[in-house]
Amino acid sequence: MQHTATQDTLVGLFVTAGIAGLFFLALQVSNLSSFGSEETYTVTANFESSGGLKVKSAVSAAGVKIGKVTAIRFDPKTYQSVVSMAIESQYATLPEDTTASIFTAGLLGEQYVNLEAGGSDDVLKNGSKIDITQSAIILEKVIGQFLFKSAEEKAQGEKKE
Amino acid sequence: MMQFFQRLGADTRTSFTKLGRATYFLVATLAGILSVLPRPRLLMNQLFSVGVLSFLIITISGLFVGMVLGLQGFYILSDFGAEESLGIMVAASLVRELGPVVTALLFAGRAGSALTAEIGLMKATEQLSGMEMMAIDPIRRIITPRFLAGFISMPLLAVLFSAVGIIGGQLVGSGLLGVDDGSYWSQMQNQIDFYDDIINGIIKSVIFGFVTSWIALFEGYDAIPTSEGVSRATTRTVVNSAFSILILDFILTALMFGDK
Repeated sequence: MQHTATQDTLVGLFVTAGIAGLFFLALQVSNLSSFGSEETYTVTANFESSGGLKVKSAVSAAGVKIGKVTAIRFDPKTYQSVVSMAIESQYATLPEDTTASIFTAGLLGEQYVNLEAGGSDDVLKNGSKIDITQSAIILEKVIGQFLFKSAEEKAQGEKKE
Repeated sequence: MMQFFQRLGADTRTSFTKLGRATYFLVATLAGILSVLPRPRLLMNQLFSVGVLSFLIITISGLFVGMVLGLQGFYILSDFGAEESLGIMVAASLVRELGPVVTALLFAGRAGSALTAEIGLMKATEQLSGMEMMAIDPIRRIITPRFLAGFISMPLLAVLFSAVGIIGGQLVGSGLLGVDDGSYWSQMQNQIDFYDDIINGIIKSVIFGFVTSWIALFEGYDAIPTSEGVSRATTRTVVNSAFSILILDFILTALMFGDK
């Protein structure tokens, strides 16, 4: 082998390019940079129904993503859905009477938990429970209610005549 | 009728003895790793011919695969008004599937066949026996450095393939077709998980690198030492590697992404 120095350089460049590619994937393509090993604290909230919410769904406040859903389970005593959320520690100033609602991004988009800050002076801590919640809006239910209601109005209208 | 059973029996015996030889060969190759480590020069030379020389074909293929994905994805997604999700589609298909699989297929064609032909010719020209005469273990000296080089190069190449492909998709998607650049990246970052998607893709490429190098080196080492034998061995390397890669990919995908 004659050009060993050149070869070594090229091998070095190759390995560097590979590692740079991995960094690119990690930081630019995946969510590692925005939500990695950062410190989080966990709060829970009971919902009548958590709809299509999934583990890893976003938790946002005022439209900004501040955490994610870590677990969803069914409480067999209250028949409610218990959603655990990990919120980044830098947002540890959420008041205790924060409202949690499940919203849908767009008409058919993903569901996420929206937190709306209240006015209390006490803040949510690790293990706290959010008391004021609003369940997911289930599109089928809304359409069903709408159809039922319009049918009812129609029937009442016919009765009056 | 008897002939049929006789042939079946003979075929079974041949394939099982071959499998046995291949396993023995693999064990000997892996056992040689410790004696290669103090001689990094051997590994460096192989990393050059296996890895660096595959660099160009992998990056150019990656770029064009990404560009095609961008183009096709745009046509399909724009029917549903969802062309903002182009980034997720390009990145997920590259990182999970196409990156490791296409890289492994190209690697088998570019580097695997070269390895088989090289080893086969060494055997045909009795260079391997010559080494044994000089009390040099040809497996440790020739095979193990090549195996390690393939094993190390493959994940690096697969990562590069995916990275270049995602950039290619972005060039076509937002440069040519007018998808919003910000949503291309941000939707991708929201959906692609580092551990679930990227690390699993890398695990795949590590396994493919292992299998492809093993097949290529074994076929060369096991080749009938004639020109015809070497040519057959090279063909078998490409065919068997492609089969193993695609079948393993199905199994790995079922294991990794099954619970979603």
